[in-house]
Amino acid sequence: MRRQLIAALVLLPLAPAAAEPGLEDASPLPVTVEFNRDIRPILSENCYKCHGPDPKTREAKLRFDTKEGIFAALDEGHLAVAPGNLKKSALWGRVTTKAKDDVMPPPKSGKKLTPREISLLGKWIEQGAPWQGHWAFIPVQRPAVPSVRHPAWVRTPIDAFILARLEREGLLPSPEADPITLIRRLSFDLTGLPPAAADVEDLVRSPEHNYERAVDRLLASPHYGERMALMWLDLVRFADSRGYHSDNPRNVGPFRDYVISAFNENMPFDKFTEEQLAGDLLPNATLRQKVASGYNKLNLTTEEGGAQAKEYEAKTAADRVRNASGVWMGATMGCCECHDHKFDPFTTKDFYRFAAFFADIKEGAISDGDKGIYVPTDSQAVEMKKLEDQIAGLKKTLETPTPALAAAQAEWEKTALQAAPWTVVEPESVKAKDGTEFLVEEDGSVIATGKTVAKDTYTVVLQIPMEKATALRLEALTWPTLPKSGPGRGSSGNFVLSAFSAKSGDKAVALAHASADHSQDQFPVATALDSKKNSGWAVSPELGKEHTAVFEFKEPFGKGPSTALTVTLDFRSNQNDHTLGRFRFSVTDDAKPAAGVTVPAKVRGILEADAEKRTDAQKKDLAAHYRTIAPLLDPVRADLAAIEKKNEEYLKTIRRCLVSAAESTPRTVRILPRGNWLDATGEVVKSGVPHFMRQVESGEKRASRLDLAHWLASRDNPLTARVFVNRLWKMCFGTGISKRLDDLGAQGEWPVHPELLDAMAVDFMEDGWNVKNAVKRIVMSAAYRQDSKPSKALRERDPYNRLVACQSRWRLDAEVVRDTALAISGLLVPTIGGDSVKPFQPRGYWSFLNFPTREWENDKGEAAYRRGLYTWWQRTFIHPSLMAFDAPNREECCAERARSNIPQQALVLLNDPTYVECARAFADGIRKEGGATPVEKIAWAFQRAVSRMPVDREIAVLADVQARHLEQYKTDPKAAEQALTTGKFQPPKEGDAAEAASWVSVARVLLNLHETITRE
Amino acid sequence: MDIYEKFARTMTRRSFLGRTTTGIGSMALASMMNRGAFAEDQALRGRHHAPKAKRVIHLYMAGGPSHLETFDYKPKLGEMNGQPMPESFTKGQPIAQLQGAKLTCFAPQHAFKRYGKNGVEMAEIFPKLGAVADDICIVRSLVTEQINHDPAHTFMNTGTSISGRPSMGSWLWYGLGAETDNLPGFVVLTSSGRGGQNQPIATRQWSSGFIPSKYQGVHFRSQGEPVMYLGNPGGVTAQRQRDVIDSVDSLNQIHQDSVDDPEIATRISQYEMAFRMQSSVPALMDLKDESEETLKLYGTKGADGSFAANCLLARRLAERGVRFIQLYHRDWDHHGNVKGDTKLKAEEVDGPCAALITDLKRRGMLDETLILYGGEFGRTPMAQGSGRDHHIKGFSCWLAGGGIQGGLMHGATDELGYHAAEDIVHVHDLHATMLHLLGIDHKRLTFKFQGRDFRLTDVHGNVVRKILA
Repeated sequence: MRRQLIAALVLLPLAPAAAEPGLEDASPLPVTVEFNRDIRPILSENCYKCHGPDPKTREAKLRFDTKEGIFAALDEGHLAVAPGNLKKSALWGRVTTKAKDDVMPPPKSGKKLTPREISLLGKWIEQGAPWQGHWAFIPVQRPAVPSVRHPAWVRTPIDAFILARLEREGLLPSPEADPITLIRRLSFDLTGLPPAAADVEDLVRSPEHNYERAVDRLLASPHYGERMALMWLDLVRFADSRGYHSDNPRNVGPFRDYVISAFNENMPFDKFTEEQLAGDLLPNATLRQKVASGYNKLNLTTEEGGAQAKEYEAKTAADRVRNASGVWMGATMGCCECHDHKFDPFTTKDFYRFAAFFADIKEGAISDGDKGIYVPTDSQAVEMKKLEDQIAGLKKTLETPTPALAAAQAEWEKTALQAAPWTVVEPESVKAKDGTEFLVEEDGSVIATGKTVAKDTYTVVLQIPMEKATALRLEALTWPTLPKSGPGRGSSGNFVLSAFSAKSGDKAVALAHASADHSQDQFPVATALDSKKNSGWAVSPELGKEHTAVFEFKEPFGKGPSTALTVTLDFRSNQNDHTLGRFRFSVTDDAKPAAGVTVPAKVRGILEADAEKRTDAQKKDLAAHYRTIAPLLDPVRADLAAIEKKNEEYLKTIRRCLVSAAESTPRTVRILPRGNWLDATGEVVKSGVPHFMRQVESGEKRASRLDLAHWLASRDNPLTARVFVNRLWKMCFGTGISKRLDDLGAQGEWPVHPELLDAMAVDFMEDGWNVKNAVKRIVMSAAYRQDSKPSKALRERDPYNRLVACQSRWRLDAEVVRDTALAISGLLVPTIGGDSVKPFQPRGYWSFLNFPTREWENDKGEAAYRRGLYTWWQRTFIHPSLMAFDAPNREECCAERARSNIPQQALVLLNDPTYVECARAFADGIRKEGGATPVEKIAWAFQRAVSRMPVDREIAVLADVQARHLEQYKTDPKAAEQALTTGKFQPPKEGDAAEAASWVSVARVLLNLHETITRE
Repeated sequence: MDIYEKFARTMTRRSFLGRTTTGIGSMALASMMNRGAFAEDQALRGRHHAPKAKRVIHLYMAGGPSHLETFDYKPKLGEMNGQPMPESFTKGQPIAQLQGAKLTCFAPQHAFKRYGKNGVEMAEIFPKLGAVADDICIVRSLVTEQINHDPAHTFMNTGTSISGRPSMGSWLWYGLGAETDNLPGFVVLTSSGRGGQNQPIATRQWSSGFIPSKYQGVHFRSQGEPVMYLGNPGGVTAQRQRDVIDSVDSLNQIHQDSVDDPEIATRISQYEMAFRMQSSVPALMDLKDESEETLKLYGTKGADGSFAANCLLARRLAERGVRFIQLYHRDWDHHGNVKGDTKLKAEEVDGPCAALITDLKRRGMLDETLILYGGEFGRTPMAQGSGRDHHIKGFSCWLAGGGIQGGLMHGATDELGYHAAEDIVHVHDLHATMLHLLGIDHKRLTFKFQGRDFRLTDVHGNVVRKILA
């Protein structure tokens, strides 16, 4: 019944095309004229050039783009527009006058109002000329569903809006697409994968009956979340690398999993918004909510030497404003970094107030070494807890007094301060590798001098004046001219002794143990003896004080009265400018060389004072110190070291994710005049939303990211829902209802179907921001199900298919091109989630990366066959195969990818080893499963690639190339072998290599078809 | 085969790239552009006045070459060597690695000499360039706005430090099309120096940003395949590849008959272009047909990835009609040892640059080729140990060829080489001048994005008329 009706409709002649599309319109005037829907387009098209926002072209000081301008008072009691009074409205007089010199628009402009437009203007003035602001900034209200002349076509309210407009334009909708096209369309749109054969069959069997089932099945597929993530990850600029300069990796993988699972679980969009902008601020935030807040860390960052913190603080703030305003508001607030917006009411102050929402995010502006929080799986979390508990238990033991410890302590106290006798050794020579010079003082100490260097290595030759020396003592000494009096030579006063070693002649002298009176947190003296370059002994915050380290020989050192010992001190950690300013060496042959030295000053004070007069606190401190060295606890310490090591190793296996965390005191945010970060004269601003919109009510408290999230995803925010449903529409029709997905402002496009957009936005919000339902409402419509083959007349009439008198066709997104080839070939590994993978990429593509230089390591096994969205995203060098198909570099919010058609795409599909390997696997399937004869095989393969059966002409083309190449490969077995080697796919060899190679040719042809990579 | 022949007749082999400049039906064009999103902006393209140059070769010295050791002689800085840099120069100025350090004057590390009829001043480490000084116009008053490499490169290429805007090569290709139907209109070549200061360069630098991605620069690599995925798979001869493409074209054409999608016609033409590139690019990169004398002139034995070889390739690309040819030579980031390292760099680029000018001139191509030589910024008059830090307030570049007055020194920095002081040339002005020489009014080459008409020069830029021939 329905199909017949459509067929009948299609036979109706098209109404003659209007001179100006959409304007010649004989339909009755609306009961209530609306400014935005009915009047503004007329004014914009015909009047704004001379009476609009641009003061340079404005005539007669009249403007109709503002409320003030429209109702401005003119001469003789006239207004430009006098509500309810045609006679007093100058505009009405000028558009209706017969006088050639007075009529507007002037004939020489080439513009002329139609009778309907004039009637609309008149009716609007008579109805009181109600004015409306820019459509996207006024509240979203549910419009009435329009009535249509052909209600039989209407499946959902969406269709009523579409059809009403088509009927007004004298156009007809297109017939429903065939079921194969429909299931491919649904499958690509909702999951980003071609349909399984069974799904095709199911819909073909009964298109009308099984359609909704297909929709529900696809929405329930775990691949739906992946498809939605494709859109979302572009918006929030998700990438695996920093972006600037070194473009080093960062940990964000779990964020992608969050996005995928949120869409799969159909998390309401308001919650999704809240968790990303402010997951860390939620009470008792779960691990998952914290991961969601990783959104706030997806901006570009730098590690470049010489980057200035203030400048990058400004860059980061602007980056976040551009992104959040683009993602949720479809607003181009980035324009306001330097000046008030030229077209929209956003001001510079709005920009910096918006930036201030993010001023609490904890981070370093430069070289932020943040690795992110651990994101364990459930079982990993159990194991982590177990290790943590073990560590805590052992630590507790180390902190627990026992009678045995007390007794041992009493013994220790007797000799604790008996320092070993030390003999100062004046160096025979001191040399530096990178230019430091030295002065040797009378007290045997050495002062570093000469030019300042970032890093250096000191080599000291000592004559050890005794037999069987047990240890060397290094004193790091102060000196008045050193920064902060030293002992370091750099501006901080600190030093990092990254390595300490000794040798005699060419032979290394082993050092068994290092101890010090004080070591900086994370820089224990023992690490000066390890092989890690970036660890070592440092002494902050105890600067301007002298410190002592004792290095014990493994075997007693020294023969006779003088044995040469060469000691090397490296200051080569990542910390530049951390060499040592003054030092002195001593030796001892005492059996307990570290005694006395390593007693911290505080403990020494307690020991030196009268034992009888110790306070409880002093007793506690003393016991606590003793327990850190008590031999009785050595086994516990050994256990602890072992378990901590195990824990450290275990943690390396756990994924991590950058997340946001709030500082208690947010950074001060100032307006930067003309965006100049060097100018600190601007007004200090508090966090807030654009001034012309409903304001956040946070009372006395600072408005937080959580407030921002709630403000964005609230029923009375005019932008968020419109922006989102517009993007869903684009996902399903190729173009948004308002074309500019990233700008709903005045310079964006007036929506083709504003009421439909609002209807969908209201549905979305009132349905609890339910994303799957919103998608389903679109794909269930008759509009969505139309075929995508416009007639020539329709194409000329509406070349960009904005009126949706048919569906659109477009080339698949980069990742989906890959997924499709993998799916057809059977190589696809459909695992959901996980960290990024590195499928094949030509060697040397990263040769321009530096600090450090890197090479992409191709993954092996399953990781090589994952969906495109899991590909490692290196911002400065996007995978070339994806880049050829317009994958964005994700440095900025990308709401709409380019959809180019360039030769590099042909090179990828023809020659990229990934696609060649797909062709080989596909060919293997064709031979094994495709049937007996070449024609059967071709039909099978064709259907597998594009879901439909080939026509005879198509079979002939493929049969021809297969037969020809079979002959050729028969005479050239070596080439046949070569054709079967690209990639890791190695099925057991069966049959004739020439025959196998010929099917690779067929498979390559099919994977290269326009139809294969096109959503129709 | 007949389908292919039919197609070939209708399309002609001068397809796509050539045709976009000559204008084709709006429907086909709309399909080649991103459908809908971009097509309405076509009207603004094309030349606005008679061009002086047809193409640009940009010799991009990446890392920030010191102007004080190359093209901007400052004897006063020599006199003040070791003395504190007067605060009047540096107060309130952005500083990179020297933040918080003591600022002392650092004398020019190389002697300068006057070359050519007009006595153009250059460091003696550029003797060969000196020999062609009469063809060169040195600009000594360039300024930029970004002080770190990555954003400064982005600024030099796109006129802003914000990612996502088109690079100048893309603008030119978009505005003028290309004069080749088997090579891209914007080609990037890269080489590294021997000094170990090879700063990273991002593909963003040759991105087409928000204009259609077919205008992105294509990086021709010196190692591996010159263009990604250019070579046929194993066991596939050129003829077999032809067969596969013919079959693809035929099947696409059959599908086209039923769906009438203009995008398919474009797809077919792009497969043809890809196939032509598979032979044209290797032919381009193979220097076999160059004479011994030419190879010697440039100082290269073959396409070895050196800057010298790339200069020769630049000439070959120019001959083949490529619109914008950009050669990155890295390793100019001389925070230390500016004396030795600028000499090393000069040894690498002096001869090849001079050879390029000489070679283009004798082939009658210099007049129609604009050569631009320079880096993303200069270096401080203040010492950073034995080197110099990044500097954006005054530095140098040079131009030669189409429409440029040779033997000229334009603009000047102050007596210590800190601030550009006379005839200041901003990067935007350089862009405006380049577009002007190619026949484009920089204010009229626009592309609508996010509701705004964007330009390479944003809202700035003045043509530097004094350097025009």
